[in-house]
Amino acid sequence: MTSFVANHGYLDGLLRGYRSGLLTAADYANLTQCETVDDMKVHLMNTDYANVFQDLPSPLTTQSIAEACTRKMVEDFQSLRQPALEPLAKFLDYITYGYMIDNIVLILSETLHERGTENPAGDTQALLDRCHPLGLFEGITALCVAQTPAELYHLVLVNSPLAKYFLATLSMENLDEMHVEVIRNLLYKEYLKDFFRFCQQLGEPTSESMGDILKFEADRRSINITVNSWRMQALSKPWGHQSIQLTRFRASHLLGVCPVQPTRPDRRLPPPSLPQDDRQRIYPTFGELWPEGTSKLQDAVDMDGLRAAVDSVEAYRDVLQQQNENPDKTIEDCFFEKEVQNCLLAFESHYSYGAFYAYFRLKEQETRNIVWIAECIAQNKRDRINHFTPTI
Amino acid sequence: MVLQQQKLKLLSAQKGHQLLKKKSDALGVKFRQILGQILEAKNKMVDLLKTASFSMAEVKYTAGEIRHTVTENVTTVTSTKVRMRSENIAGVLLPVFEVLQEGNNAQEAAGLGRGGQKIQQCRDKHMEAVTHLVKLASLQTAFAALDEVIKITNRRVNALEYVIIPRVEGHIHYIESEMSEMEREEFFRLKKVQNVKKRRAIEQAAAEARQLALEAAAPAAEGGAGAAASGMMKRAADEDVVV
Repeated sequence: MTSFVANHGYLDGLLRGYRSGLLTAADYANLTQCETVDDMKVHLMNTDYANVFQDLPSPLTTQSIAEACTRKMVEDFQSLRQPALEPLAKFLDYITYGYMIDNIVLILSETLHERGTENPAGDTQALLDRCHPLGLFEGITALCVAQTPAELYHLVLVNSPLAKYFLATLSMENLDEMHVEVIRNLLYKEYLKDFFRFCQQLGEPTSESMGDILKFEADRRSINITVNSWRMQALSKPWGHQSIQLTRFRASHLLGVCPVQPTRPDRRLPPPSLPQDDRQRIYPTFGELWPEGTSKLQDAVDMDGLRAAVDSVEAYRDVLQQQNENPDKTIEDCFFEKEVQNCLLAFESHYSYGAFYAYFRLKEQETRNIVWIAECIAQNKRDRINHFTPTI
Repeated sequence: MVLQQQKLKLLSAQKGHQLLKKKSDALGVKFRQILGQILEAKNKMVDLLKTASFSMAEVKYTAGEIRHTVTENVTTVTSTKVRMRSENIAGVLLPVFEVLQEGNNAQEAAGLGRGGQKIQQCRDKHMEAVTHLVKLASLQTAFAALDEVIKITNRRVNALEYVIIPRVEGHIHYIESEMSEMEREEFFRLKKVQNVKKRRAIEQAAAEARQLALEAAAPAAEGGAGAAASGMMKRAADEDVVV
């Protein structure tokens, strides 16, 4: 802690400078008053976004706004990452791993559908354009070569920072047979666990502030996975009696349930929900809810079950209650609010790396907000324009 | 013979005209009905597409950029298909499109960790829009097909009404007038023949009277010639009757 200022004092100062550059309530008020998307540019030119929006050609689309905001975030990240010393450098690298997972899963789904083999050179570039810039790493261009996830691992990922997550996942399953969404969640689970462990090693106060944030993140994932896996049940009902053609990565495949036999068309298809032990497998294995909460979540089949499962943790009880009181808010909206609060709290502590993580989370949320406002303006849905979570 | 044929032709033309007229009316009713439905569907379509694309914005907000994930996961086997069957309206086959759902959506696991609910909502909204779009498409196709058929039917109705029927009627009229003219001529000729006969009968009577007077003067000498003359007169009268 004593060496924090000596080693990272400059970056901490820079970060706090960036933080004050986040949009304020007045900025949001101005943005929501805009008549057209191009008007937003005028307002954003008065903020930290000035340089990325400067050379954007009119007319602006929400797509280009989103790209510009991401570019700004990446610029901020690079200027923090370049002069960083260990262990902050490693900490910042950890932030990028989350994006790497998304990119790899994207490439994975591409390879699984056997695209990109005919024209590797052109496709690689197109593929890289689709990846999140923060999640690029050395050797990612070679990923297109691999044909199966296992091959992907052996050829390329061994040398990437994600190797250990893949290893943990690979040991459990045959990757070829798994659904990419499950792979993504397994990877993410390992990533969160590793990140958490890393933060604990850094000691106070990082372990405390980051611990809270990561635990929240883990629990949020658990709850989301639970809620979203019900949806798959509900979805399958109306067409349960229809016959099914098996494809390699069908939902039924991923869940290991047999499709209906064509000879017995009257039999109802078992709902292709995530089986409960599968669900348990992709829940992150730390956090406030782990292990009692997650085992209850595993059995939860509706909102009441969910409520019972998270009842022991006050924060999530509040979130669910809040959601109950405002039916037009989803659970995820409430979680966004909670996340923003947590991230803002992380700035309150000194000598902590948590603020770095929190800044990028806030920046992400801010990007979402700007895009949301732009979408509302573009689609003329002014009544919904204030349904975002300000980062203040 | 020809007259009978023409009369039959007229009768069937009139019947055909009536039937086609009825068909055209029925199609017209359906046509206007479809027109109303299309208008309604198009108005609804605007709202549906708006909400659908807005739900996409909601997904972007909650789940981040899922576009690539979704496009990379597209398979060649779809669970949503469009089937065509045909519907029969007044003898016209109109195509009707239907949306079919088979099996499960391969992408239902998308957004498991984040934004799944919104993605589901978005999917539902788009599905609704697509269903509606298919309905609108079948209406539009029916509209176009009906339009064509109505045009053809109306052309036929008009052709029957303004060309065929008048022409056949003209033929019939012509034949009838010709026939009545022939009748009048015949009548006139008969009258003439009768006149001639009458005149001859009078002449004969006069000749006979003269003959009698002559016979009275020379009964024995002129008897044979008078009988021969009266026999010739009889033959000529016979011939007239035959003609």
